[in-house]
Amino acid sequence: MSESMPARGASTLNLRGTSTPATRIIGVLALAVMTWVVVSAFFFTAPDVVQGDSVRIMYAHVPAAWVAYLAFVTTAIASGFSLVRRHRTLGFDRVAGASAEVGVLFMGLALVTGSLWGRLTWGTFWQWDPRLTTTLFLFITYVGYLAVRRIDASPERRAKRSAVLALLAVLEIPLVHFSVVLWRSLHQEASVLNPDGDVRLDGLMLFTLFSGVVAFTLAFVWLVIHRQRLQTLVDLQGTVGLDSALAARATEAVLR
Amino acid sequence: MRNVFAVARKDVLIEWRARLLLVRVLPFALLVLVLFAVALDSEALLTRAAAGLVWLAAMFATLLVVQRCFDIETADGALDMLLTSVVEPSRVFFGKVLAVAAQLLVLVVVLLGGAVVLYGVRIDAAGLVLLVTTVVTAVIGLASVGTLYGAVVAQLTGRDSLLPLLAMPVLAPLLIGASRATESAFGSQTIDLATGWAWTSLLAVFGVVFAAAGAASFATLTEPDA
Amino acid sequence: MPVGSSGSVIHLRDAVVAPAGFPALAGATLDVGAGELVALRGANGAGKTTLLRLCAGLAPLARGAASVLGVDLAGNRATVRRSVGFVGHRNGLYGELTARENIAFVATLVGATHDEVEVVLDGFGLVGRLADTRASALSAGQRRRTALASLAIRRARLWLLDEPHAALDVDSRQQLDRVFREATASGVTVVYTTHERYTDSQRMPRTITLDAGRVVHDHA
Repeated sequence: MSESMPARGASTLNLRGTSTPATRIIGVLALAVMTWVVVSAFFFTAPDVVQGDSVRIMYAHVPAAWVAYLAFVTTAIASGFSLVRRHRTLGFDRVAGASAEVGVLFMGLALVTGSLWGRLTWGTFWQWDPRLTTTLFLFITYVGYLAVRRIDASPERRAKRSAVLALLAVLEIPLVHFSVVLWRSLHQEASVLNPDGDVRLDGLMLFTLFSGVVAFTLAFVWLVIHRQRLQTLVDLQGTVGLDSALAARATEAVLR
Repeated sequence: MRNVFAVARKDVLIEWRARLLLVRVLPFALLVLVLFAVALDSEALLTRAAAGLVWLAAMFATLLVVQRCFDIETADGALDMLLTSVVEPSRVFFGKVLAVAAQLLVLVVVLLGGAVVLYGVRIDAAGLVLLVTTVVTAVIGLASVGTLYGAVVAQLTGRDSLLPLLAMPVLAPLLIGASRATESAFGSQTIDLATGWAWTSLLAVFGVVFAAAGAASFATLTEPDA
Repeated sequence: MPVGSSGSVIHLRDAVVAPAGFPALAGATLDVGAGELVALRGANGAGKTTLLRLCAGLAPLARGAASVLGVDLAGNRATVRRSVGFVGHRNGLYGELTARENIAFVATLVGATHDEVEVVLDGFGLVGRLADTRASALSAGQRRRTALASLAIRRARLWLLDEPHAALDVDSRQQLDRVFREATASGVTVVYTTHERYTDSQRMPRTITLDAGRVVHDHA
């Protein structure tokens, strides 16, 4: 049976906004760690021996890519639950959707920072490198997923279709990655002047990178919670409880 | 199995009556081959790119065939009849995959003929075995993914533009694999036959994975809701 | 009429169906026995179609109790679909196939024989050239009869029909009513929505009137 009534958990929500003490703490923490990462990345850490200052892009790029993958795993898991737990379908569906939106955002960020770094290091914005190519396909896949979510269909139908789509992506990505690796291994071009971009990290660099991952993860959690709650409110808008709807329907009969 | 073949036969019969493959899809796919030739404007480049272009054209055509395969079901609400009453959804899925695969097989054979005529491709005996195997496995993969994603967008508004966006990234491994295997079957110097067979086995894995995924999710995708 | 869940084909108790939060069916209570012919009446939006879709296992039960052919609709509503035939505004036919091919296709799926196909075609007046005409070229009444014939070949025990008389001429309507009487005589239960007014009291089926998602009148 589908969940056509107001979402559970809506009652615990402060209806004037989407924040709760917990999200405020997460938000403040994310901000604080992010500030440290920015300051450390630009002023405290040393430039790389080979790459120079361009290595600083890494402090945004790696966490962004990490969060993107985390987001897509979250989407897949939430989608799985939304298919299995029939009574909570729409709740899990909202989490899946919110996570995918944030994931696409961060994956876009990772692609942009990556290609900027590539321009500085390799002298070119794009390389048909297996990891890059897979990431691009992953990005397009989730853009398509979001397109399906925007479709004007009943919430149940939309939830079902997009959940299947998110789980199919889990099948798709390893196959894409494997085939791209095999493909690129056939003709390895020697045009890449620099090594594969591996960096020797000292203690502070490693710590800054780690802080970046923490900061981006906190930001991800904060965004997903808010986005999910916002969607709950949107879904609630205009729908009254089933009880009042039934009462309204009863008066309708009397009036006629 | 009886139901699988019944669904497939019904789809092929409808296609035979309407002849959309013949009058629309095939000409379109051949047109793509011609346009590639015009755009690339180099015979050496064309012979080199022939395999990839054939499969790219086949991929575009798959989208048309799949869309049609769901339109015949939804035009008069037959899919509801089919799924809400008698048949196991996974059987409907396999029946449709079979019908789509049969049509794509015809299409790819014509496209390969087009490549021989237009692009000057040559096929020798050793390559032919690989080519036939590649075509069969790739067509099954195309049909499975196509039918699966066709079901994802079935009865949704704007499905015509959604299907390419969703299905094309998934078909990327198939495009890569089928193109490389066909390239090696065409006897190009870049890829030897052994590597070609390796790609064909990737295609087989691909086909099996998505056929299984489609059979497993078809019921969920086509479940009628309020 | 004795009311009990055991003997009845349709058994509803305060059944609520609320797609997208709106209670289209707002607490309907109803029992229909085997072999009954029931006409559902009511204004547009009274909940007639929703009631049919609920019984067909196509719409989820939000509240109350409902069972069809002994299957609890709150549980696995997919089970009920196999023995129920629902024909909505669309007939579910393949336009490129002939009437006979449409029926024969369904026959293959359910394991019915060629002879049974011919018997059903005869029974629904789809004889001669009609049987070999593509469904897209048939008249509205002939298409409707073909759709009902496919319910018959499926041996559906409960027919749920949404405005089967719509867009049919007088002859076709009478033909349809004859089909209904024959079906119910053989034990099939037929529930259909209609705007028809019956003048001939002898022929009037049990008529149930819906208003605002509830049963307001039940005239046996």
